[in-house]
Amino acid sequence: MTADQLLLLLPIILVAMTTVITMLSICIRRSHVASCLITALGLLLALLSLIIVHPLGAQEVTPLLLVDDFKLFFTALILAAALAVTLLSYPYMVNLEDHQDEFYLLIGIATLGGLVMAGSAHFITAFVGIEILSVALYGMIAYPLHRSLAAQYPMEASIKYLVLSAMSSAFFLFGVALLYAQTGTLHFQDISPEFGQIEAEGAGAAYFVLAALMVMAGFAFKLSLAPFHIWTPDVYEGAPLPATTFLATVGKVAMAALLMRFMSVSRLMDSDAIMTALMVISALSILVGNLLALRQTNLKRLLSYSSIAHMGYLMIAMLVVDTGAQSMGAEATGFYLTAYVVMTLGAFGVMIVLSGCAHERDHIGHYKGLFWRSPWLALVFTAMLLSLAGIPLTIGFIGKFYVFAAGVEGMQWILLATMVVGSAIGLFYYLRVVYVMLLPADTVDSDHSLTPTDLDPLPEIGLRDVLPHAVLLLLLAALLIPGVIPGGLMELLRSVMAGLS
Amino acid sequence: MMALWLIIVLFGGGLLAWATELADPRAPRIVALLSVLLALLLVLVICATGAPQPDSPGAQWFLLEKWEWIPRFGIFLQFGVDGLSLLMLLLTTFLGLISVAAAWNEIQQRCGFFYFNLLWTLAGVVGVFIALDLFLFFFFWEIMLIPMYLIIAIWGHEDRAYAATKFFIFTQAAGLVLLLAILAMAWLHMEQVGRFSFDYFELGNLLMEAPVQLLLMLGFFIGFATKLPSFPLHSWLPDAHSQAPTAGSVLLAGLLLKTGAYGLIRFTVPLFPDAAADFAPVAMTLGAISILYCAKLAFAQTDLKRLIAYTSVSHMGFVTLGIFAWNIQGLQGAFMTIMAHGLSAAALFMIAGGLQLRFHTRDIYVMGGLWAVLPGMAAMALFFSIAALGMPGLGNFVGEFLSLIGAFRTHAWITVVAALGLILAAVYSLWVIQRVFHGAVSPVAESAGRVPDLSRVEWVAYGTMAAGLVWMGVHPQSFLGFTEPVLQLLLETSQ
Repeated sequence: MTADQLLLLLPIILVAMTTVITMLSICIRRSHVASCLITALGLLLALLSLIIVHPLGAQEVTPLLLVDDFKLFFTALILAAALAVTLLSYPYMVNLEDHQDEFYLLIGIATLGGLVMAGSAHFITAFVGIEILSVALYGMIAYPLHRSLAAQYPMEASIKYLVLSAMSSAFFLFGVALLYAQTGTLHFQDISPEFGQIEAEGAGAAYFVLAALMVMAGFAFKLSLAPFHIWTPDVYEGAPLPATTFLATVGKVAMAALLMRFMSVSRLMDSDAIMTALMVISALSILVGNLLALRQTNLKRLLSYSSIAHMGYLMIAMLVVDTGAQSMGAEATGFYLTAYVVMTLGAFGVMIVLSGCAHERDHIGHYKGLFWRSPWLALVFTAMLLSLAGIPLTIGFIGKFYVFAAGVEGMQWILLATMVVGSAIGLFYYLRVVYVMLLPADTVDSDHSLTPTDLDPLPEIGLRDVLPHAVLLLLLAALLIPGVIPGGLMELLRSVMAGLS
Repeated sequence: MMALWLIIVLFGGGLLAWATELADPRAPRIVALLSVLLALLLVLVICATGAPQPDSPGAQWFLLEKWEWIPRFGIFLQFGVDGLSLLMLLLTTFLGLISVAAAWNEIQQRCGFFYFNLLWTLAGVVGVFIALDLFLFFFFWEIMLIPMYLIIAIWGHEDRAYAATKFFIFTQAAGLVLLLAILAMAWLHMEQVGRFSFDYFELGNLLMEAPVQLLLMLGFFIGFATKLPSFPLHSWLPDAHSQAPTAGSVLLAGLLLKTGAYGLIRFTVPLFPDAAADFAPVAMTLGAISILYCAKLAFAQTDLKRLIAYTSVSHMGFVTLGIFAWNIQGLQGAFMTIMAHGLSAAALFMIAGGLQLRFHTRDIYVMGGLWAVLPGMAAMALFFSIAALGMPGLGNFVGEFLSLIGAFRTHAWITVVAALGLILAAVYSLWVIQRVFHGAVSPVAESAGRVPDLSRVEWVAYGTMAAGLVWMGVHPQSFLGFTEPVLQLLLETSQ
């Protein structure tokens, strides 16, 4: 390994060092502020190190890791999201009657896993990355375990995630093993349905499809695509808000980046059977996510179902990823993921800022009249929800437009029609939240659909809330600016994705 | 820059109105009034000083402006104003003033946010009328929905949540179908020319096979017919109207419905002439059904605002008839109906809103004998009802008459059936007048005691709208002259 190659790994090394330093500082003296600051600074430094890394150009650092523009883009996205979660977590955790420090440690470790996934083009690193991320997440989900007043079911959520995630890993590994038995390689680029056909009598092709579908099932579990989505609402609801946020943003982006690399580098999509299976998964996710979100009154569950639907939209673009060099699929996927991270972070961010570990405001009734009680937070929340619904002036609209464009290019008419139907259904539940925020705070709740109503005073904004609110402001800017002038981000993605495949 | 300024004035005015609420709760309405006045002034300046530029496509365009926006997809900030858009802008800014007047005393809570929404809706409508890039058009098309949703959802009446959500879901879902069709066109342009384009003029030159053209035309038709609204897609309108505050109803009936009609004239038929010609019998049948069916439904309503809403759908049927006849009489008729109905429906909704403000009811069976109590308002109601039923000498007559002539030339039988709607219109209009204003003074009016008749603001608003209708009825040529060359060109290029 040359010095240059080592330098290319700088972001990963910096994040790894951050976790080590956090651990050491915990050994010396426990301090919530110090742990949070060290983690935040480490992530920020790793983010800034991209300025050094970027000019070095794309290279393979050992056969296991590929550092190219694609990896750097998603590194930036993951680091930014992790940084935002770290900063948002501080006021939430500050009143926890337990040690807070390890939470930041877990954020650092999970981020490390995400970075590895973004740069892998090989099943070994893919698996190692997935497991680093997941194992850290088990801890994060169960974090406020010892305090009864915190999130309601952290243990249940964590066990559920642990068991199902382990099962999906098993699927994934079995699929990888089958592929390896057939192709003799773990490199994404060597995976191709042709290997199956070399063997006689067609059984080989079915064997390949089975193996690839098992790998896909592993991906679908982690991306919570229907019908592998069952864990999502429970885990989202049970976990403390910062962990939910991390899972919903970094967890999804890292997995989606890996899947995108896998689908564009390998020639998996040459197989019609796999294409069909993915189309079904995409359509199912859109319908299931949107329909089940309709009657939710818990916002964490609502956003979890909405995330299932959004991953379904994402799959439409993903299916078009490898249709040609000029393909819009990769750009659309990248854009939609960016949009998804911004709006999910923003929506959960508002909930975190309004909540504390002793009292999570996650029921729709808690948000009644927010528009008149805290106009600023309500404005941010409304903007995020409208963006999730795909309304113009927001990044979510351009994202949806991009996916539409990719779908038209790939002639996925049925999926696009599903997306239209899904978006129309989606409007209903996003608007319901907006409407509840618009109600006068003292409206009588005749049918108890909004109980528990919560007229407790909102948390006062003190000095320690400055950074979380600044994060929300940045997210609002990241929502509106690319929503109005998307040209810059599009050009960036175009150059990033040109190097893919 | 003129067209861009028009939009900036309204968007900026909205933000300013919201901000000034902090200083004084009465400031927002003044800011709103001033910025709409400024916009009206800009439109009048374009009217007075502009002349069609000879070097523009078809030599029709008073203004053409173009800036780069999203180069990746070949999307431009492209605005154009021709005779047709100019008069639509005139209607928009004028009704903008009327809606500010309607809200002047009615809106007492959260004024800043209200006028912000009102001005942003107006900005969206203005954008729709001048955008020549289909992406930009769609952008504005969607922009106007959210503020309108908020107007209904915050300041609406008892069942506002249902109405606002229904309005939004209907129009947004139809909008997505429209977006899909627009994207498919841009992609076809990519296939044929090698780059994306959303340019109105460039997309007009696309070559499309008949089935593709029909599908895309249907996408556009569904998008616009929902907003218009036409028969099977109309059910959101009565709910939205009956729950919206008066200013919201004025905007909805006067302007938002007209964006649908404008879309049909400007985009649906010219971009897909062959498919539209094939589809014309279906569309005209839908128009005729709208006219008769909704007139009948109007007759069955007890809620005054719902009743007027159904008559709106009925009148919009004439617009569909006129447009799909696709000859000069039909188009001019559709256009005149748009303008005249914009004024008469806005005025009738204001009267309904005024009655609700005074008697706290919209039920026509509860009202009665109000002529004695409110002579001024009763006279105005009579005038606008008569205008709406198509009395010669007023604008609506010109519009409906021309639509029917145009439609008769192409599809005589549908037109004969549709013309029966004129009789129904007379029946329900006069019935309302009789129910509400004639007869014995009702208990509601008695118990309300002395209610004020029209205020000065209301007199001015009703007076100018009435004058507008008379002008349209007596000298329609001053409007038709503006649009005739534009419509002729549309007809020629899409034969």
